[in-house]
Amino acid sequence: MNSVAFLVIAIITLSGALAAATLRKLIHAALFLVIAFVGVAASFFLLGAEFVGLVQVFVYVGAVAVLIVFTILLTRREVNGVEGINWGGAIVALAVFGGLLWTILKTKSLAILAPQIEPITVKRIGEVLMTDFVWPLQCVGLVLTAALIGALVLVIEEKR
Amino acid sequence: MSGAFLDQIFLRAKESLLSPLAGAPDWLIQIVSSLINISSLLGVFLTLFALISVLERKILGRMQNRYGPNRVGPFGLFQPVADGIKMLIKEDVVPARADKVVHFFAPILVAATAILTLGVIPYGRNMTPFAIDGGILFFFAVGSTTELAVFMAGWGSNNKFSMLGAMRAIAQMVSYELPLLIATLPVVMIVGSLSPDAIVAAQDGYSFGILPHWFVTTPWGAAAFILFFVSGLVESNRTPFDVPEGESEIVAGHMTEYSGFKYATFFMAEYFGMFAISGLAVTLFLGGWHSPIAPLNFIPSYLWFFLKLSALLFVYIWVRGTLPRTRVDQIMNFAWKFMLPMAFTCIVAAAVWHYQGRGLAGWLWSLAVIAIVYLALSRLLDTSKKFAPRTYRFAE
Repeated sequence: MNSVAFLVIAIITLSGALAAATLRKLIHAALFLVIAFVGVAASFFLLGAEFVGLVQVFVYVGAVAVLIVFTILLTRREVNGVEGINWGGAIVALAVFGGLLWTILKTKSLAILAPQIEPITVKRIGEVLMTDFVWPLQCVGLVLTAALIGALVLVIEEKR
Repeated sequence: MSGAFLDQIFLRAKESLLSPLAGAPDWLIQIVSSLINISSLLGVFLTLFALISVLERKILGRMQNRYGPNRVGPFGLFQPVADGIKMLIKEDVVPARADKVVHFFAPILVAATAILTLGVIPYGRNMTPFAIDGGILFFFAVGSTTELAVFMAGWGSNNKFSMLGAMRAIAQMVSYELPLLIATLPVVMIVGSLSPDAIVAAQDGYSFGILPHWFVTTPWGAAAFILFFVSGLVESNRTPFDVPEGESEIVAGHMTEYSGFKYATFFMAEYFGMFAISGLAVTLFLGGWHSPIAPLNFIPSYLWFFLKLSALLFVYIWVRGTLPRTRVDQIMNFAWKFMLPMAFTCIVAAAVWHYQGRGLAGWLWSLAVIAIVYLALSRLLDTSKKFAPRTYRFAE
């Protein structure tokens, strides 16, 4: 059951990512990127990391995708683009892929069964955030609030 | 005895539907169980949608001193059927220059997200269709996808009015998502859980048997509820915040190029979004399926939930019949200059209430916090006294 679900999710995610990388129309590419994001979130759900999956949807689909789409919209040009393959990019991508593949194949722990870990619930994440990681959390909160107020100050100025 | 039976009657019905599958593998039972949940959810809310769409027109008619629909069936109650048939047999026009695929998927995505968000709301005792720990997060995560769908509708139509409407819709949805979320936070803080079931359970109990422990009875809860409700009005693009569809300016916004059943889907999604946001408001602030006073506990829990939901929906209709449309810049200013600071204040007030021992002292202290910030903000934002000749920035 789980492996079938994983297969379906993997196919959807990968084809979404592939389409995002290859489609010529930017908006279509962005929308396929959203499908890839949702696929990643689905695989988080499959692994039992409910919270991470929800945040993935929230941040990437709800915020990042809208940002990308708006950026494309506000800078829209008829992009004729460079024809043919970007060889430098292809070489880098192949190198990264080869490196990752080599690392994965070299890793021995694949045969070992994962020890039974308790599922990471929202409650546990909250507890850890409020005890061990309370200072990093406060710092992030401060930075984000400052960013929010900063963004407001930038746009609030009105010409009289 | 009979009260408890009636309360759980739908659960028993589901159990008896599942009982022939007793020896089946686990995944089959899970799938069938989910299918039962989904179909009952759709059935209930499609019926409610049909009912509300005709009731809204009747109530608006009454408010505007006319009859409203009264020709089809008794009291015009079959009007939705006639409307549905009309929508189905209308021609489905797709603009020649439209992005056909995006144009096609936009209404589906809008409706799907609206229906998904309905899944995490507890409709009665043990009656949450999709009970997960992070239910509130799920609601907002899926709900934020609507923006993308609206964008797809606007862009796919290849029409300047559609695009402008979509831009307006996304701008106001993004702006009001912040107060909406932050108004939810005090409840999550006080309950200590993101699960809707836990939030409803935390509002159980009564003082003296008549005062329910709903969060709306606390000062921070009342303030957050109002903020939540107003943000909900914006999120579901309802009057007075329906500038995305301002027909006097941009035809019908992102729905301009949709006709027939696709338009009906948008219409339905708008109502489903309204149900979802009202349902969440009931869950967060109005005690979910709990009865308002202890002696009325014998009435089944789901009836209470839908009663409260209908009350909120009536307010939606009432507001629509009462208030004119606001301007775009007014909406934005209101979000960033008033709603957001007030939502932050609610968090502080909830913390004060919690650390004062949740008693009368905490009640008064948190009221004081909210009142001070409210008065200061309204003094700060008050521009009504500055009468001056109007200046135009973009038109001379």
